[in-house]
Order: sequence, then structure tokens, then C-alpha cells
Amino acid sequence: MAKEYQYHSNIWLEEPEPSNPFAAKACFCSGYDVHSDVIPNAGWFEYLLLLFKGERPKKQDTALLEKLAMVLANPGPREASVRAAMNAGVAQTNHSSALMAALAVGAGQYGGAQELSICITLWQECQFDITRWQERLLNPSNDERADIWLPMEHAPGFDPNGDATPTPILQSLELLAGLAPANGALAWLKASRQALELHVGYPLAMSGLAAAALVDLGMGEDQGSMLYLMLRLPGAAVHALEQKQVGWKNFPFYGPAIELEEDAFPGSKDRKGEHK
Amino acid sequence: MSHKHLLETEKHWLTRKGKAFLSDRVILHRKDLHQDLGDYEWMRVFLYSILERDVEENVAKLLNTFWVCTGYPDASIWPNHVTALAATVRSTPSLSLMAGMSVSEASIYGRRPEVRALDFFYRAGQHCDAGGDLIEFVENEKAAGRTLYGYGRPLANSDERVPFMLAKAKEFGLDGGRHLQIALDVYAYLNETYGFSMNVAAIHAGLAADVGLNCQEYQLFMTPCFISGMIPCYQDARDRPEGSFFPVRCTNIVYNGPAKRKWGN
Repeated sequence: MAKEYQYHSNIWLEEPEPSNPFAAKACFCSGYDVHSDVIPNAGWFEYLLLLFKGERPKKQDTALLEKLAMVLANPGPREASVRAAMNAGVAQTNHSSALMAALAVGAGQYGGAQELSICITLWQECQFDITRWQERLLNPSNDERADIWLPMEHAPGFDPNGDATPTPILQSLELLAGLAPANGALAWLKASRQALELHVGYPLAMSGLAAAALVDLGMGEDQGSMLYLMLRLPGAAVHALEQKQVGWKNFPFYGPAIELEEDAFPGSKDRKGEHK
Repeated sequence: MSHKHLLETEKHWLTRKGKAFLSDRVILHRKDLHQDLGDYEWMRVFLYSILERDVEENVAKLLNTFWVCTGYPDASIWPNHVTALAATVRSTPSLSLMAGMSVSEASIYGRRPEVRALDFFYRAGQHCDAGGDLIEFVENEKAAGRTLYGYGRPLANSDERVPFMLAKAKEFGLDGGRHLQIALDVYAYLNETYGFSMNVAAIHAGLAADVGLNCQEYQLFMTPCFISGMIPCYQDARDRPEGSFFPVRCTNIVYNGPAKRKWGN
């Protein structure tokens, strides 16, 4: 336990203004002067990769991350994390609430960051061994203990509610694999997709595609999870704002769709069917 | 698998849990919220909501003390610190408390140790039921490299909540359960063999097992348990000047990364 009130960082250095120890005169990110050098000369995705990796990225990695960010930017209003943000937006709550809702819901194991994290962990273990992948996709956890996360209910990176692979997934896989190393995860996924889908019985999902892209960018499961959470927020933000304008009278209210089973009423034996 | 089953719930959600019949009444687990549960203490409604059943008075009182004894009004404790940071920058009460609550689902304190400790005692009990030895079970877990949640404490070498909880369990007549005894037996062994201390997560989990909570129920029950300690931390930072909660000077970021270098064009 640290006794001094100091934070340790390999990422960030600050030099104070002479007049105020709590104001930075210069900030350095992995050795680069942020305001004098990085911001004027680098792009947003170069800077993002510098933050996550600590090194100036190759052009190929920057291009891959930028396109991945565009692929993930808006999961669309049907997706659970965006719907959560829209619920916040239509209620005119704080903007932070909308994004917190999107983060919490987008953290999950069905299409969310925890699923992506498991995928990246499996990449580290299975690499390009399709037999190992086939085995582990159907048994993604070998820990019998209970945890704060529930056990996975489907093959991570694939959509159990899917039929054929959705066109945007195929388009994105094609595009991203073209920007990634020829011997990398995306290239292998592109070549192995059909065999894996046949094995698990349902199609590749965006989480599985994103995990392969993040593996090609050298991200571990923690880094990948953070990026996945962040990169999906633009859609949550704009749809929350949009629903604030649209208003609650034009927003679905599911009350009539929720039906309480007959025997779930107080004294249901005597009052059977009264809700109808 | 396919999308076909989604069609069933696209416009219809059949449930046994409850429903709000607006302008009329509200049903929660077969009881009318206002008519049947209206005189309950809030904690009893919370437990009823989780468990779908009423618990005995002494069980509710015991579980109530789980919350009472873990709400520490000290802004050095990580969830409280987050709440205080939110207050010093003048965020809202809900955002501040939810941020604190969400970081309570941590690995070095809070929800993961609690869930893992409860699971550990249930598995230990099953191991013994199958004719195994408790110490053998503990050693197997250790040998597998697994943290023995509930034993040791990150910031201190004893836990003031342990004697408090043991006294409360006795007061409510719930100190004779099997899993609490397992927790104490494991402590006796680990302390004797490795010098480990015991923290309240072990006692709470042992008691939670003895009153029959499963891991999910326990996780839900414990989720808000730090919140009474967060509130004074929020208020304290809120009432002081903006940004004044433990400000960090530039030089207190201790940098160990690459040396200065040029990015260039």
C-alpha cells in the first residue's frame, strides 16, 4: 500500500506551471509532448493507439483502428446498449446517465464487452488451432466456481439468435481483414468463419469480429474491452439525444405487452382470471 | 439456433414476477405491494423482491446487519472515494452514488470476494458431504492457485466486523449453522498454518449460506451495501470548495515511461 499520495504511470508525465503546482504547463504521453507535438501532428486514432500501446503506431494499425471504430460507432437503436441510452434520453435524464446505461448494458455477455473479453482470452489460448477453437467455443470456461459474471450461455463471438451471417458483418470482416496482417487473426477468422459457424450452429457476431480486429492491433482482453465499450458510445449518445427530441409519447411503452400469469396474482385461486 | 424464438417475445412478455397496473395496483411475487407489503420494513420488501418469499424476522435482522456494518463513511475506501470525487466536481447525487456502487463490484473487495466466498463454502460443504476432508479441500484450492476469498485483508490485518457479526449471529440465534462453522474451521487452519487473518466476507458468506442464499441472490442483496457510507462522503466533498478533495499536484504523478521524444510531422 502506497504511503505517499502519488500515482504511478508509464503513460503520462506532467510538468507544472511555475505559479501553480496543480496546473500543468506541459503533458507528455509516452514521452511525446501532447499539446506541442502530438495534437498538432497526429490523428485521433494515432493518439488513441499511442495511449493504449505506449508507442507511435504503424499506419496500417491506425487505419485498422479507424475503420473498426466506424464499424462499431453505432450499433443502431435496436441494440440493447443503445436502447438503454434511448430510455435515458427519452426521460430527459443526465447525459451521463444515458452513457452509463449504455456502458452497463453494453458490458454484457451477449454482444457486449464481457463477451469480447472472453473472445480475446480464447484467441490467446487457441491462436490458429481450429480444433482447439471448436472445443473451447462450446466450453468457454473451465472454472466451475460461481462469479459476479454468469456462465456463458452461447459460443462467445457468435450470435445464437442469428440464422445466416448478417451482411454488415461480412462486409466489415472483408474490409477489416484487408487492412490487417495477412497472417493475423482477422485473416484467419475470414478463412475459418464458415467452419466455426457450422460447428457452433449459428453465425459470427460483431463481438467476435471486433475481438479478432483488436487481437490484430495487439490488444489484450482488458484493453480490448475498454476500446469496445468506448467505441460503441457515439451511437448511444446520438440516439439518446434524438429520443429526447422525439419525446416519450412517441417512444414504445411495453406495459400492454407484459402479462402476469394467472397464478401470479394474490389469492389467485379465488381471483383467477380477473386481470383479463 | 435461430431468430424464431424471438418472435414469441417481440410483443409479449409473460411473467410470474410482477406487474404495475397503473391507476390500480401493483403485484410483486403474488402480493399486492400496497395492500400486502405496505407495512413491511423496506429491507423486508427488498429481501422479498430477491427471494420471492418472506424470510423469518431473525434472518431479516441478521441480513440487515450485513449492510449496517459495511457502510463506512470514510472517503479513503475506494467506492466512497469515487463518490467524493464526483461530489468535488459537483456531479449529481444519483450519478455519484451509482458510480460508487458500480465500483463496489470489485475483485479485491465487494461483490467478487463475497460471491466467491459463498461459492467456496457451498463447494466445501459438498466436498465434505461426499466424504472428503475440509482441509484437503482448502489445500486443493490453494494448489490450484485460487484466492481464498474471505481470508486476509488488503489494508489491515484484522477485521472489526468479524466479532460484531459473530455477536449479531448469536443474538439472532443464527450462529449454529454448518457453513459458518466451515468458515471458522477454515480460518483456524489457515491462521495456524499460514498466519492468514479472516475478514467479514468469510463470516457473511458462511451466514448467507446458512440462511440459504444462492450466489446470485447474495450478489443482488449485497449490491447496495456500501451506499450508507458513500452518502456522507458525497456530502462532505460537496460542501467544500470545488476540486478541493485531495487535489493532486503535477509532480505527484510519478512517471516511469519512455524518455521525452519528438513526434514530428
